[in-house]
Amino acid sequence: MIRLQRAPRAAAWLVGLLATAALAVDITTLPDPQLQARYEALTHEFRCMQCQNNSIADSPAGLASDLRRDVQEQLLAGKSDDEIRAYMVQRYGNVILFTPALDSSSGWVWVLPVLAALVGLIVGVRIVRQRARLVAQDDSAVDVEEAPK
Amino acid sequence: MNRFIVPVVVFLGLAAVLFVGVKHSPDKNNMASALLGKPAPAFELPVLGDPGRKLSSRELAGKPWVLNVWGTWCVECRVEHEALLQIAAQKRVPIVGLSYKDDDAAATEWLRQLGNPYNVVAVDKEGRTAIDYGVYGAPETFFVDAGGRVQYRHAGAMTQEVWEREFLARLAGGAQ
Repeated sequence: MIRLQRAPRAAAWLVGLLATAALAVDITTLPDPQLQARYEALTHEFRCMQCQNNSIADSPAGLASDLRRDVQEQLLAGKSDDEIRAYMVQRYGNVILFTPALDSSSGWVWVLPVLAALVGLIVGVRIVRQRARLVAQDDSAVDVEEAPK
Repeated sequence: MNRFIVPVVVFLGLAAVLFVGVKHSPDKNNMASALLGKPAPAFELPVLGDPGRKLSSRELAGKPWVLNVWGTWCVECRVEHEALLQIAAQKRVPIVGLSYKDDDAAATEWLRQLGNPYNVVAVDKEGRTAIDYGVYGAPETFFVDAGGRVQYRHAGAMTQEVWEREFLARLAGGAQ
């Protein structure tokens, strides 16, 4: 019972701590709100290579702050989002993008799930139809082999 | 019998896909460099212990060389140091150190105490050259061939075994 009572407080603490941590990571502000918005969007697109499941916007790692610096400098230098993405991919490979571009090496990642879902759907529809037809035709006694024991 | 064929085939197919996926999933600790086969990024950096001198990557062109990214703040760098010293003693290929986001005095002291395996150490205070090389941690060691192309990157501590298998093999394999 005591544990249950403590849980909400602990959760509140945790949320509070996480929120402060998230705020503390990156306090960069760019002079132009439009640049700032692009900065925030871009830094959330790139994986922190040191800590893999964080974006460079959320990571306190040294490399992440260096990469944020690069993003900031290039935005201020008038580079486009695509140019900045290309800069990152050239150095770290597709793996730095949380959403890799569609190309020959990454294409199947996008195609395969759709294909699998489609095949599943077709197979499912066929099975249901087949069963429905069997039931409609079949007025004989239940097949012994198929009967549940 | 017939109705087992489809599930078995599907299962084997899935197993094969997953096996390949697990087998070839990028190892977090040693991912292939995005620069393989591409020209080594150019740099011009101050030289550790030689104020006023700059090392340009152009000076290194024409012969194979090795770039070792290290820092005194990096635990694994201490682990690999003995191996680097032994490798350097073989004098097969010049080893260029990249002092990565480090304090010059600390780096100099480290080399004085532990020995210096490097032909020259370039100082990358802001980590910009490291980013050009796609460095995501230290230590990392790159092999650049005589044509100035990156042929291999080892992330993590260098060992005698890795040196022989990945670096000496490439050195012997026509990179001279």
